Amino acid sequence: MERANGLDKNHQLSLKELPYIIRWRDDRCKRCGKCTAVCPVKAIEPTIKIQRFVSSEGPVPAPVASKRIIQVVEQVTDINRYCTGCGACTLVCPNEAIEPELNPQNKFLHFKNKSGDSYKRGGRRNDPSLSTLDRLKFTRISMLTDPALDAGRHEFRIRTLLGRNLPPEQLPLKIKDRKLVIQKDEIFVPPVREIYPIMIGSMSVGALSPPMWEGIAMGITYLNEVEGMPVVMCSGEGGMPPRLLKSRFLKYFILQIASGYFGWDEIIHALPDMIEDPCAIEIKYGQGAKPGDGGLLMSYKVLKLIAKIRGVPMYVDLASPPTHQTKYSIEEAVAKMIQSMSMAWGFRVPVFPKISGTKTARAVLNNLARNPYAAALSIDGEDGGTGAAYNVSLDKMGHPIASNIRDCYLDLVRQGKQNELPLIAAGGVGKRGNLAANAAALIMLGASAVSIGKYIMQAAADCFGDEYNRCNLCNTGRCPRGITTQDPKLYRRLDPDKVAERVVDVFKSADTELRKIFAPMGRSTELPIGMSDGLSINDKAMAERLQIDYAC
Amino acid sequence: MCRLSAITSSGYFSPMENILALETMKEGHDGSGLGIMMKDLGGEFEDLKEYPILSGICSETGFETVGKYMESHGFQVKHVWSPSITDVRGIQKRDYYFAKVYQYPESYLDKPMAEKEELLLRTRLALRKMGEADESIIVFSFYPDVLTLKEVGDPLELSRFFGLDNSPLKAKIIFAQGRQNTNYAINLYACHPFFIQGYASMTNGENTAFVPIREYLTSRGFPGYIGYNSDSEVFTHILHYLNRQLGFPLTYYKDVITPLKPEEIDMRGDREALALIKKSLRMLCIDGPNCVIGFIPDGTCFMVQDAKKLRPGVVGGVKGKYALMSEECGLDKAVPDRNRSDDIFPMKYEMVIVSPGAEEVKVWNELTG
Repeated sequence: MERANGLDKNHQLSLKELPYIIRWRDDRCKRCGKCTAVCPVKAIEPTIKIQRFVSSEGPVPAPVASKRIIQVVEQVTDINRYCTGCGACTLVCPNEAIEPELNPQNKFLHFKNKSGDSYKRGGRRNDPSLSTLDRLKFTRISMLTDPALDAGRHEFRIRTLLGRNLPPEQLPLKIKDRKLVIQKDEIFVPPVREIYPIMIGSMSVGALSPPMWEGIAMGITYLNEVEGMPVVMCSGEGGMPPRLLKSRFLKYFILQIASGYFGWDEIIHALPDMIEDPCAIEIKYGQGAKPGDGGLLMSYKVLKLIAKIRGVPMYVDLASPPTHQTKYSIEEAVAKMIQSMSMAWGFRVPVFPKISGTKTARAVLNNLARNPYAAALSIDGEDGGTGAAYNVSLDKMGHPIASNIRDCYLDLVRQGKQNELPLIAAGGVGKRGNLAANAAALIMLGASAVSIGKYIMQAAADCFGDEYNRCNLCNTGRCPRGITTQDPKLYRRLDPDKVAERVVDVFKSADTELRKIFAPMGRSTELPIGMSDGLSINDKAMAERLQIDYAC
Repeated sequence: MCRLSAITSSGYFSPMENILALETMKEGHDGSGLGIMMKDLGGEFEDLKEYPILSGICSETGFETVGKYMESHGFQVKHVWSPSITDVRGIQKRDYYFAKVYQYPESYLDKPMAEKEELLLRTRLALRKMGEADESIIVFSFYPDVLTLKEVGDPLELSRFFGLDNSPLKAKIIFAQGRQNTNYAINLYACHPFFIQGYASMTNGENTAFVPIREYLTSRGFPGYIGYNSDSEVFTHILHYLNRQLGFPLTYYKDVITPLKPEEIDMRGDREALALIKKSLRMLCIDGPNCVIGFIPDGTCFMVQDAKKLRPGVVGGVKGKYALMSEECGLDKAVPDRNRSDDIFPMKYEMVIVSPGAEEVKVWNELTG
């Protein structure tokens, strides 16, 4: 006798439990099999069904039942093969016969814990609501009291400084013949770079596929060398191709060191052969997407190239611990490490830490403000993205960037150090596509620069991911776009030249939009850092919290 | 937009000259205020040059409070000047307009000037604070050989109100501003010129970078950097900060408020220092369409403006008398007998500097240094 649960399928999930339900149209499908082949998670499969047909021939109804075998595309209900909604099937279908549909009633998280294994994914916080950044408006417009600038014709200089600026009282200057001259060797003058205020944040070789990383790198090189826009990118943890380390292009890169120190053996060995200094060194202590958690590159992404760059064997999980294991206190973790990294490049390279957005950011900030070698503080808010993290970290942990950056800036103002220690804001910049507006808002709240990651993956390589948990397969190495995979069969889909072209498009267009924002405010020479009177928000509590105007 | 009228001369002249120049520029000011600041005073102040003059306006109670405070802090009145007020329709008369000349407290007589300046500033701020809530005391300046008058109204009518047309009051440097009230409520502390420890300036144009500049100045830890009822007050304080506090030569004022691009800095002999100060003082870049006219303690006057200023100010005159005006018609009125072809409209890179005593006028170019 068959068991009851076999008959009524009581212990199987229904499609209603899954986050996306596949809508397949029998009448349009030509059974080419492209959709089932492309599906990164095998959520759909070709199968056969027995169908009962009732037909009648002749002038008098004479129904005859018959059975025939048909081929269908069917969605599976296995939680490990849930449809991620990426839509790769729709993309390849020649007849628009298939598409995933968001199922808002799903109980996906109730079940995505088989074998006690919590849900891990890539992407960012699954919260599609309007972020604070997207609620901020620019409401100070110069008009009749003084003319606004012409964004198209006026000369604008959109640049920022990365590095510690000495206060004027400490500059090694003296007056000679009514001119200021430098008193040599009087004092250490920290290195400061002039860069574009939107930078590409840390995404490693390894997390990204070779064509994606290469495409971004080519894009920023073009921006620097052809467009004259000093856009820089961060390597992420995992080093850089040795040939690039020894190239003249190194100056466009911020090298990241994180708790796994991956890639640093190669970097240190390349030091004597470097012909340029890197733009800066970022020490990663935290990440907005997964505060308090370390990094993880899954074994199946550790192929030959990655293993070589990182100096590890192939096919092993590469876990970066949540904290730097050799350090025991903020003095050690920050001061010693900043000095060590500074020393490696003869104090010619700015070194700064990156932390996740947190209530304790100000404590870190105040420590850095007293550290003469700290070049900046990068804060990554809760809407930051990642290649791999626990869903609980992504969705429920972290601090919004707007108030975090504002608090830190105002703390610096209280100490008179707002120009000494630049703040870099990240996490959700361009979440809804408003890259320039989000960047400008953060700058006017007090950031000197912003970092983007997820946005560039979406804009430059058509990443499917969004805040409805679409795709978000970065951690699995099965990225259907070829962005976050080391599988050549997948990454050959991605053309690095096209990525580079799109990176250039993105920055040129953001530059135009920044001018459109700054021009009516009459600003063209210096970045309006902390120009909070230019901002308003239509929520009183937020206005009060951010110390800006309320407008409705 | 506010109208600015500054005259520097080797001889004493009446502030009426500034006011008549403002009258020619009348379409630009709306009668929301007049500020006059005189330096190197003549007439009854000529022999009192070393003594600080407290300029201000008080109610009856405020006047008493000032008297008591000054007396209790050891200041002795040497001389009192008050304008002879004539009632003019539309101008609301306040109780006391005064310029009181004081002898320093005894303990300060032999102190260096820097300490005296600190005392004067501290005293002015204390008086300001005491009278701020009920507006019983308004003090504009407290410094040797500098007198300030401010009131709400049309400049020409105010000159009748203060009796300046019949007054022997004269000076060698006089700055006057006819105010056009724009963003903020009419407040006498918002009226230019602004003054701090021998430095003064007046401005027209919107100061778009006001908030970050104000935050930077107020976080310098210097007690005098307060007020900011007008966004233009920061220009005076930047001047004071750079020239007095940091000891930078005057021309670096231009370098800081309207900084060069890096490739332009490379053309300068002092490029290394300039690159450093550009970064360190980034927050003081005014980045807005402003024309600033100012003087420093030695009597040097200057005009400087941002590249975005569409209507540049003008400087012209003859040896011994130069005028720095926001409009050409004001210059015509102030110094009619001059070679107009020598008039200077400072451009984006230029700073016009008139030496003390209106001896000579120089155009300093930021590109060449």
